[in-house]
Amino acid sequence: MSARTLYDKLWDTHLVTENDDGSSLLYIDRHVLHEVTSPQAFEGLRIAGRMPWRLDTNIATPDHNISTDRSERESGVSGIPDEISRIQVQALDDNCDHFGIKEFKMNEMGQGIVHVMGPELGATMPGMTVVCGDSHTATHGALACLAHGIGTSEVEHVLATQCLVTKKMKNMRIRVEGKMGLGVTPKDVVLAIIGKIGTAGGSGHAIEFAGSVFRDMSIEGRMTVCNMAIEAGASVGMVAVDEKTIDYCEGRKFVPKGDVWHQAVAYWRTLVSDSDALFDSEVELHADDIIPQVTWGTSPEMVAPVTALVPRPEDQPDNELRKGLVRALEYMGLEGGMPIVSIYVDRVFIGSCTNSRIEDMREAAQVAKGRQVAASVKQVLIVPGSQMVKAQAEAEGLDQIFIAAGMEWRDPGCSMCLAMNADKLGDGEHCASTSNRNFEGRQGKGGRTHLMSPAMAAAAAVAGHIVDVRSFLGQTISRETQL
Amino acid sequence: MKSFTQHRGLVGPMDRANVDTDMIIPKQFLKSIKRTGFGPNLFDELRYLDHGEPGQDCSSRPLNPDFSLNQERYQGASILLTRKNFGCGSSREHAPWALEDYGFNAVIAPSYADIFYNNCFKNGVLPVILLEREVGILFSELEASEGYQLDIDLVSQTVSSDSGQIFNFSLDQFRKQCLLNGLDEIGLTLMQTEKIKQYEIEREKSHPWVYGAIK
Repeated sequence: MSARTLYDKLWDTHLVTENDDGSSLLYIDRHVLHEVTSPQAFEGLRIAGRMPWRLDTNIATPDHNISTDRSERESGVSGIPDEISRIQVQALDDNCDHFGIKEFKMNEMGQGIVHVMGPELGATMPGMTVVCGDSHTATHGALACLAHGIGTSEVEHVLATQCLVTKKMKNMRIRVEGKMGLGVTPKDVVLAIIGKIGTAGGSGHAIEFAGSVFRDMSIEGRMTVCNMAIEAGASVGMVAVDEKTIDYCEGRKFVPKGDVWHQAVAYWRTLVSDSDALFDSEVELHADDIIPQVTWGTSPEMVAPVTALVPRPEDQPDNELRKGLVRALEYMGLEGGMPIVSIYVDRVFIGSCTNSRIEDMREAAQVAKGRQVAASVKQVLIVPGSQMVKAQAEAEGLDQIFIAAGMEWRDPGCSMCLAMNADKLGDGEHCASTSNRNFEGRQGKGGRTHLMSPAMAAAAAVAGHIVDVRSFLGQTISRETQL
Repeated sequence: MKSFTQHRGLVGPMDRANVDTDMIIPKQFLKSIKRTGFGPNLFDELRYLDHGEPGQDCSSRPLNPDFSLNQERYQGASILLTRKNFGCGSSREHAPWALEDYGFNAVIAPSYADIFYNNCFKNGVLPVILLEREVGILFSELEASEGYQLDIDLVSQTVSSDSGQIFNFSLDQFRKQCLLNGLDEIGLTLMQTEKIKQYEIEREKSHPWVYGAIK
């Protein structure tokens, strides 16, 4: 057989049948559900009188519009103040109960943002096809899964048939060689990649992230990178299996033990691209060129190193791009040519499926430790990605570091990443945010989002404006060891 | 599913690139557990001057006069003409639901984000891909003539204007057939039940850890 990429291998393994018209039936191993994109799918099943194909491939949890406020959470689903949100969360509970789908309910250990929950429970394992009605499903590709977001019609299709009708994508490899420098985190690496290839650069492709930077990166760091493949236009992002992948999986709740574990590991080790495999396109970056990144505009590709100036429209020769730039600066309330570090922030959000895992919490806590939130900053939300992350962070004393710094320690959920809940920006407010999208209105109507790493966001909280965490901290950020 | 064969309709412009699905239908409207009723909130933050919430009567809300689709000449538009990478961002199917509910039967753009493109076909909304140059010509024609209409024919895969411009577009044959015939994709897949079952039996043998743990 000719040399294959990791994506080719995952595709071949899950191909049920290929139709004459070029469409294929792809088998889905794991389907993750949440409250926002599933109710219409369950309704569709009911109307057609269909049942789920099988149950043990599905796992559900509420995350998008639940409150992250402790006191509101304590009163349970019936206590959710917004009636429409309450109905939606209740619908997920009812649908899962009715069809027999395993759900980690709102206040149950195991609950969390879908893309934090799946890997940490071992519900998603290497080599699986993973889908969810959420575009950040690419996150699971950090475990060498073929994982991508789907729409609600496809949620219903997967529930009913355990398959997707789809077409093979092209292969793209993004290599980043070298060593990440002082103050540089996985978030900076992926923002730099998006800045290079653009927000549609990966359209139609499955991206494999390769090179020494990803080999050296922890699994949680790889999740941050794969998570934002979609912001580069690719619905799939992934990293090949190595010892870190296997170590990460071992001992997790749904991961097998004994003989089956050894059988699984032997298979997982094959989940790498063949050395002579061909990619349809290749992109290369060098770690030396990557310093902490910040978005200044209204698309993730509108990103720059923290030391840079906000771009000037007059320097943009392309007419369409200049129009977009002018519109973005107007929305963001910024002037071309101003230093990025001169942008003041009103609120800070540390959380989301991109950056809410234990390593992200440690990264932020290292900056927050012994410091105080600037008086001009109205609110700093620290939102762990899951009940398990929350418990771990509390065991490490991170919550106390945040609280002592004047930050709010919340319950797990999507929170201010998309503002479907009470956590949102006011009109015109600037936010240092560890989330994934800086679209107009994403974090609240008129809100102005600046995407950055947890370390950079924590530093902005303390300084009151965007600041280069390298000068601020003066030490290497260590994510994988406790403070 | 709703079918699409051919359509002649008024064209409405959305002259910007990278229109994301948050812009098409903002997050607060995603709390609905229904598939319908999103039309009044299509492009909500651009279209209205106030902040919209689900369940609100939109007929009395202040319209943004600067928003293209609010202009008198584009009322009743059923074809949306826009720029590249339309529908990027979130996978929300509420985006095509909102376009369809508003009255759009088709979108014309140089490119789309993958998930949005896929979602359109499930809802009888045809996402037409033309070259950037061709889209540019249509924008110029649209600007020059009030009541500008286009003909879209899925069978011949063409977009034609009254001035005589005819542009071809390509699309996947499976999607074309599903859309032409309004086929129920789940029903089609379930016709392959035996193949899926056979695959699953093999997979349970070769990859047993995939199954049984979650219960």
